[in-house]
Amino acid sequence: MKTDTIAAIATAMTDSGIGIVRISGDDALQTADKIIRLKEKKKRLLDCESHTVHYGFVMEEDEILDEVIVILMKAPKSYTREDTVEINCHGGTLVLRKVLSLVLKHGARPAEPGEFTKRAFLNGRIDLAQAESVIDVIHAKNDFALKASIHQLGGNVSEEIKKLREKILYEIAYIESAIDDPEHYELTEYGEELSLKSGKIIEEIDRLLRNAKNGSVLKEGIHTVIVGKPNSGKSSLLNSLVKRERAIVTDIAGTTRDAIEEQINLNGISLNVIDTAGIRTTDNVVEKIGIDKAKEYLEASDLVIYVVDASCPLDENDEQIIEMLKERNVIVLLNKSDLIPVVTKEEIKMRLNKKILSVSAKHRKGMEDLERAIEEMFFHGEIRMNDEVYITNARHESSLQNARKSLILVEKSIENQMPEDFYSIDLMNAYEELGKIIGESVEDDLVNEIFGKFCMGK
Amino acid sequence: MPCIVENYDICVVGAGHAGCEAALAASRLGMETILFTISIESIALMPCNPNIGGTSKGHLVREIDALGGEMAKNIDKTFIQSKMLNKSKGPAVHSLRAQADKASYSMEMRKTLQAAKHLTIRQAEVSEILTDKEEGKDKIVGVKTISGGTYLCKSVILCTGTYLKARCLTGEMVAHTGPNGLQAANHLSDSLKKHGVEIYRFKTGTPARMDGNSIDFSKMKEQLGDERVVPFSFTTNPEDVQIDQVSCWLTYTNEKTHEIIKKSLNRSPLFAGIIEGTGPRYCPSIEDKVVKFADKDKHQVFIEPEGIHTNEMYVGGMSSSLPEDVQYEMYRTVPGLEHAKIVRNAYAIEYDCINPNQLYPTLEFKTIGGLFCAGQFNGSSGYEEAACQGLIAGINASMHVKGEEPLVLDRSEAYIGVLIDDLVTKENFEPYRMMTSRAEYRLILRQDNADLRLSKKGYEIGLLPKERYDWVVKKEAMIAEEMKRVSKVMIGANKKVQSFLESCGSIPLNTGTSLVELIRRPELHYDMLAPIDPDRPLLLEEVREQVNINIKYEGYIHRQLKQVEQFKKLEKKMLPKDLNYHEVYGLRTEAVQKLNLVKPVSIGQASRISGVSPADISVILVYLEQKKYKKDEN
Repeated sequence: MKTDTIAAIATAMTDSGIGIVRISGDDALQTADKIIRLKEKKKRLLDCESHTVHYGFVMEEDEILDEVIVILMKAPKSYTREDTVEINCHGGTLVLRKVLSLVLKHGARPAEPGEFTKRAFLNGRIDLAQAESVIDVIHAKNDFALKASIHQLGGNVSEEIKKLREKILYEIAYIESAIDDPEHYELTEYGEELSLKSGKIIEEIDRLLRNAKNGSVLKEGIHTVIVGKPNSGKSSLLNSLVKRERAIVTDIAGTTRDAIEEQINLNGISLNVIDTAGIRTTDNVVEKIGIDKAKEYLEASDLVIYVVDASCPLDENDEQIIEMLKERNVIVLLNKSDLIPVVTKEEIKMRLNKKILSVSAKHRKGMEDLERAIEEMFFHGEIRMNDEVYITNARHESSLQNARKSLILVEKSIENQMPEDFYSIDLMNAYEELGKIIGESVEDDLVNEIFGKFCMGK
Repeated sequence: MPCIVENYDICVVGAGHAGCEAALAASRLGMETILFTISIESIALMPCNPNIGGTSKGHLVREIDALGGEMAKNIDKTFIQSKMLNKSKGPAVHSLRAQADKASYSMEMRKTLQAAKHLTIRQAEVSEILTDKEEGKDKIVGVKTISGGTYLCKSVILCTGTYLKARCLTGEMVAHTGPNGLQAANHLSDSLKKHGVEIYRFKTGTPARMDGNSIDFSKMKEQLGDERVVPFSFTTNPEDVQIDQVSCWLTYTNEKTHEIIKKSLNRSPLFAGIIEGTGPRYCPSIEDKVVKFADKDKHQVFIEPEGIHTNEMYVGGMSSSLPEDVQYEMYRTVPGLEHAKIVRNAYAIEYDCINPNQLYPTLEFKTIGGLFCAGQFNGSSGYEEAACQGLIAGINASMHVKGEEPLVLDRSEAYIGVLIDDLVTKENFEPYRMMTSRAEYRLILRQDNADLRLSKKGYEIGLLPKERYDWVVKKEAMIAEEMKRVSKVMIGANKKVQSFLESCGSIPLNTGTSLVELIRRPELHYDMLAPIDPDRPLLLEEVREQVNINIKYEGYIHRQLKQVEQFKKLEKKMLPKDLNYHEVYGLRTEAVQKLNLVKPVSIGQASRISGVSPADISVILVYLEQKKYKKDEN
């Protein structure tokens, strides 16, 4: 059976080392061939033998994007049992991302969560014993993608996409009402009107695409969450990490009610740091929402920095936090080392056997130790960045691109004076593509919109 | 008490539009068939609007015809006005709609039924289905009438329309009857419930009928039929349908009308909560429209004749369940209806139907072997929707009796396929109506190519005569040949061509081009270009039309064909009928429930169930592979 070709970044992403873009499917070779120029004169990837390694360049038109090693594995002797090409790039999130977008531009589509593994299984590569773990992988990755959609869409992307979809849906419903009830709704000169509207939507998508290129559709990096009870100094820590005032630092407990996010580059490791509201038992509604959110962030985190106020004794709030941290990657900071310490390392160690450092976030003391500790954990493989973020980002970008293409086709249909029912074909495609980003499917949206907004029927 | 016992292959319950098609299909396929109706006079009755076809419904009628059904032929014999809707739009949404002479429509269908071999028509109320157990599953063995008669058979088709426990409402007045005051069927639902069938309660409505002599048409806009009428049936000679047509009339409601309605809402059974059933959103009553679209100061009203030999006029757009006195007051605010006399009141009707998720795409009950059903009983609405289901149920009940493969059309083959797939797969909380927007491949599912799409199936099933099928094959070849020829014709930029193009309002050529390119220009089409295409063969209009459409919209059609290819892949991945989704490790609970209810036949169908996510589909795929391994190992 013919399969489509998928691609993704197959390695954990760091700003150093080597990263791999993997392509799998019937057109894997053709796709790679289009963007790779081999060092060997006049030799093309398409003509190479299976299981060979080649040296060459990834080309974006005439520009060299990266110097790479390409590994070729033809079906069935590959992980997925399909034709597979692995491009070993010079790491660095930016390069990897660029290579991936190039691959996507040339015919591959972003892999679904766990899709390589799924294909490996469906093509008989994995044995029965492994099958159940495949299901777990699919679920875990899907859950992540879902969470990524809900929690991690940067800024108002989610809201903006919803609005764009609403606009598109309205137009489709209008056209369809006029088709369904032609004696009631008119379409004279509607084309020009739609052309204007669609132009505006394209502009919006372009803006989102620009943002996507700057990496702000999804927050990338090691998901680092700062937790601690109120007034333990979480915001000060974030401030000294990013070296500028971001969170509001006051002495009033419970100041940070919402989570604050920052992207930090620590000697080449990118951290996506989330400062959460202090965790404590509370009746304050706003604060309670903040705390619930903090718990959610904890669930999705790669690394937790637990800030303990060393100047006051551990209490029930600390106990509550410690309980949530047992299974996670944690660095404990005994903060406020400039004040007289009440809490000792041993006291923490008894409850939570993790790395413990003494710092003063406010006076930026001990920050180097923290940075070194994070680096160590990262390079020892204790913490890993979730590569799904990158894939999800690529998927979002490709959906935006596809939606844009569809809207251009709408404009073309209008320009070519096609009948109005043709507009709705591509409008619908655009609507579906945008829906993929926010995880909404079409289902009965259209029919509901038609009946909801337009008075139909005799 | 001694009772009669008779034997048949198939019993059809109900002689509306679904029942008629079902009975004709079954008997034509050689099944000894008996058709039950509560009243012989109500065979093929049109209790609501006096038209056949309309947007997307016209497509269904064409498809029925291509498969060898009757509806298209019957309306061609009895129409009194006809219109091709959406002519200014793309070919995919052109839809034929005809006004019927209701009495003739009903009588012509009755004649056809009476003339059919292997078909018995019986006036009786069926009150029970009779079943046996076979391998732990219920199997149909017959039906029983209210008078005690037993009719043994191998398959039953239920086409009970709006008659089950029907209740008609006009304001405070509640009548326990079916449509038009006909007797309701009050027993069959209970028998079905005893067999574990899940029953829904739906509602629909109809407007008043006016005495045409009391209407002032001078205050309305006349609506004429098409100058050149296109027949519904592919087998009707177009010359036979060029008749003298009647007119319809357009008028509007106004603020006064809306005022009267608003002040009487408390007397509407809908708003007073007397009506329990769910009504259709696409066909709202006038009181619904006034409430839901309060910003509109007027609504369209279509006055349509109910036939040649009656003075009754249908008041389209103003269905209602308001009390009689309010109806008088409200209708008379409409220009032209100031002195109108009501012949029949508007009313709402409530009835029992089923949750169609209980059916296979063959329209057979999953839990009761041999029990098929069609039409409003399945939660649909409309004569055409009913008829096409009746045809499919008739075919599949016959195949069931013969032990042959059933006919299931998929979403890329026919509107009928879309309709049935929607019914059996999706959640449906209101009477379901066909719409072109429900068909994702509508560019391919056109009314003009229904014969090309479906004749082969109709012929293979045994309903479409060989001569007819042979002709379609020939037509197909002619289209292909002409497409081939046209693709090779080059047009030079000579004087004759230039002046010809100018006369058509088209830009002259810079250099020579292909005929295909010219056909694609929006202001031109195949037929127009005959003068500059001297080698063109003489071809029938139906052939020329296909050539034109195929060339003009080639890019779009090609794209949809590619989508269909993708779609077919998933449709071909079959799921075992007996799969218990509780056993599939990793499915979410919601998905398990939905999957166990619908029992999809393919991965494709499973993916369309609301509440089943792509991850769930992956899980099912993995599960199936696992099972395969286990089998291989054994």
